[in-house]
Amino acid sequence: MNLPFYAQLINLFAALLLLLAFAMLTQRRILSLINLFALQGFVLVLSTAVVAYSTQQSHLYYSALLTLALKVMLLPWILHRLTQALNVRWDVEPLINIPATMLLGIVLVIFAFNLATPISQMAGTITKSTLGIATACILLSFLMMITRRKAVSQVIGFLAMENGLFLAATSATYGMPMVVELGIALDVLVGTLVFGVFFFHIRETFESLDIHHLEKLKEH
Amino acid sequence: MSGTLAGGIAFQAMQTILAVLIAPLMLGWVNQCRAWLQNKKGPGLVQPYRVINKLFHKDAVLAHSASPLFRAAPYILFACMWLAVGIVPMLATDLPFAPAADVIALVGLFALARVFISLAAMDIGTSFGTLGARREMMIGFLAEPAMLMTLFTASLISHSTSLVTIVETLGQREFVIYPSMAFAATAFLMVLLAENARIPIDNPSTHLELTMIHEAMILEYSARHLALVEWASSLKLTAYIALGIAIFAPWGIAEAGDWTGLLIALPVLLLKLGLAGAGLALIETVSAKMRIFRAPEFLATAFLLATLGMLTHFLLET
Repeated sequence: MNLPFYAQLINLFAALLLLLAFAMLTQRRILSLINLFALQGFVLVLSTAVVAYSTQQSHLYYSALLTLALKVMLLPWILHRLTQALNVRWDVEPLINIPATMLLGIVLVIFAFNLATPISQMAGTITKSTLGIATACILLSFLMMITRRKAVSQVIGFLAMENGLFLAATSATYGMPMVVELGIALDVLVGTLVFGVFFFHIRETFESLDIHHLEKLKEH
Repeated sequence: MSGTLAGGIAFQAMQTILAVLIAPLMLGWVNQCRAWLQNKKGPGLVQPYRVINKLFHKDAVLAHSASPLFRAAPYILFACMWLAVGIVPMLATDLPFAPAADVIALVGLFALARVFISLAAMDIGTSFGTLGARREMMIGFLAEPAMLMTLFTASLISHSTSLVTIVETLGQREFVIYPSMAFAATAFLMVLLAENARIPIDNPSTHLELTMIHEAMILEYSARHLALVEWASSLKLTAYIALGIAIFAPWGIAEAGDWTGLLIALPVLLLKLGLAGAGLALIETVSAKMRIFRAPEFLATAFLLATLGMLTHFLLET
């Protein structure tokens, strides 16, 4: 039961990440959603730094710095600018109402925990028990992408999913090689920029950011 | 044995009397902090005492249709809350009352008080009272499971539903971080706000508005009955905050039969209560009251967070 102190700290940060993933699932206001996303990134940075410190993996410090620069500062800033330019404040009522979404979320968490338990029992890393939480975070962000209608919240869901993947990588193998990580970081950044351009196109075509309208696309 | 029992009873009496006496002060402190945060002067810390004193000196007015239940309800309410603060370990874990009720019974005690005040609110037959009672019951039935799940998370860690054992396990051994407690604490905070009629669920300073819940139920009360109801609600707030402190920050509490520990426990308790009150005022200042139809969502979130806390306990802490 009595884990080393750093393992306890890592577990705490992982739990906070899951808490924030749930908070994002219930949040309707897009501004708060972006702030929660930035906060999730920050907790991820802290957890990565603790893993780096406790396991002496110096390349994880670079990953942490990269996450800090990209997911805590740059991406939230871009998203803030986008929401201001597009003037979106609220998401419309999600496809499934929020209590039902949360119930689904709990089911996903149980599924993820069960899925990860046999794997973490075989792992020897200090972060082994957080794999379940990472999987749960990924699935919850996925759920958020499915249930939301506004394109902006879907993109935030996508970015939060990347947070979960990062945590999974850290907990399973102490992070990915630097090249892969840089590649993913660049992908996410470029992805967000491209999405930003798409938002404007979607709005110009349908006069709304509700991606529900995309279902009516037809070839003329 | 008789010596420790006498000591325990002395502890118990001291804590119970202290809680009853400082409960209005707690309410005054929260209101004062809120006034400061809103750049107002505030009525002063002792205002709740003045109000209670004033009400006790007035003549009670009862509606013609009032039944004995209406008159008895304030006393039952006050007794329930008084018993509740007697069960929660605030100063010491050595409480002879504590084995009488564990956390489940404590939640039951709050439910008993809620049922009686709701019945009393419906008793007169005014539409406001009935409206308040219905809303209170709606919030109550959603808040109770969330509260129980929160307490069960703490029980899972200490393998007991007895509050004394929980506090002893969490407070008096080496420091361990429990990630599940982060979820439980968030859920508990949400339940605390809902159960004590605070913003975002209800506005405690509102009168004669269509959105009120707690105030709507006690509109028909006057004089000593109202004084008891007000005092009981401040006791309820104190009991909830004390319960939160006992479960999530139990450090500094005196051990069984440790009279010198009491000298540290009392200032530490007052400090913690003060901090909690200031935090509550801060939450109430920065958040807005939500629509009543959003309340189930708020409490469902609390329930699911508490459930998540239990799941996290099984994943990370076993």
